[in-house]
Amino acid sequence: MSEPNNHSTHEDTTTGLNHRKLLMWAFLGSDCMFFASLIATYLVYKGKSVTGPDPIDLFSIPVTSVSTFVLLMSSMSMVLAYAALTKGSLKGFRVWMLSTAIMGMTFLGFQVFEFRDFTVNEVKISCEENSPKYIELESKLSSKQKSDYKKQCADGIEEAHVEFGMTPRTNLFGTTFFVLTGFHGAHVTLGVIWLLSLFFYSFKRGAVSAERHLDVDLAALYWHFVDIVWIVIFTVVYLFGVYEGF
Amino acid sequence: MINEETSNHPTPKTYVLTALILSVLTAIEVGIFYITSLGYWMIPILAILSIGKFALVVMVYMHLKYETKLFTILFLSGLLLATAVVFALMILFRSF
Repeated sequence: MSEPNNHSTHEDTTTGLNHRKLLMWAFLGSDCMFFASLIATYLVYKGKSVTGPDPIDLFSIPVTSVSTFVLLMSSMSMVLAYAALTKGSLKGFRVWMLSTAIMGMTFLGFQVFEFRDFTVNEVKISCEENSPKYIELESKLSSKQKSDYKKQCADGIEEAHVEFGMTPRTNLFGTTFFVLTGFHGAHVTLGVIWLLSLFFYSFKRGAVSAERHLDVDLAALYWHFVDIVWIVIFTVVYLFGVYEGF
Repeated sequence: MINEETSNHPTPKTYVLTALILSVLTAIEVGIFYITSLGYWMIPILAILSIGKFALVVMVYMHLKYETKLFTILFLSGLLLATAVVFALMILFRSF
């Protein structure tokens, strides 16, 4: 960051393009392949878990829709931060940049809430003979869960509370889901740290300016990338996941 | 303050309009999800909407539409290879 990077359209490089930006686009292209391998693994193993829970037992589409909306809006505030900087408004840059980081943290909060919710999930099953809920879940329950259900019902209660949570070790769905969304969450976390670094760095005189806009442009490219990856995950994992016909 | 490189970028108004379109597309996605009568048509409709959102962010927010072709080639090479990997693995493991 010591040398100024006053970028004009033509750079004094072999390609005539800025090498940092070229490298960032090459990295984003390679990161597409990284996430594609995780999405492919999720899809290949979808519906092949021996025990439950399945996506339909856990996902809450309204909650995930809100977190998706938050991440989409963070992309807008990121690009507005960049636009403010290129117009020389450092104050505007700071406001939008901080908004982006806050929305990124909100998205992460949703993810933590969701992960915790999945791990502590439990179902209430009536103890009556041929309970419809038990018949529906019988094929998804492990032998331990079934014996737990029978043990509770043997005590004479009307409704048994059976643990039906999911961790990465529970089934194939748990493993592929947590690895995919966990790596995305790690990307978002790195992005938030990058954005906050730029925000605090902007208080140092001349460290963040219109002339040095490339530093922010690179962070913005990375941030938009985590957004487009989530657009794919939301559709393929959540919407297709809950739809029984897929 | 506007330099040569960023002078062809969209205005903040375009960015806000894009965010509105993205929000509407997400709302449509979620709405369509609850229309059970669509049956198997739901899959291609949701896929097209998702591709539309993806393209909007890449073209407008990431400025790929306004950048040199080499950046597009670099990114699309990775993206196309990634898509091919997904379909190849799904065919290999008979996941369709």
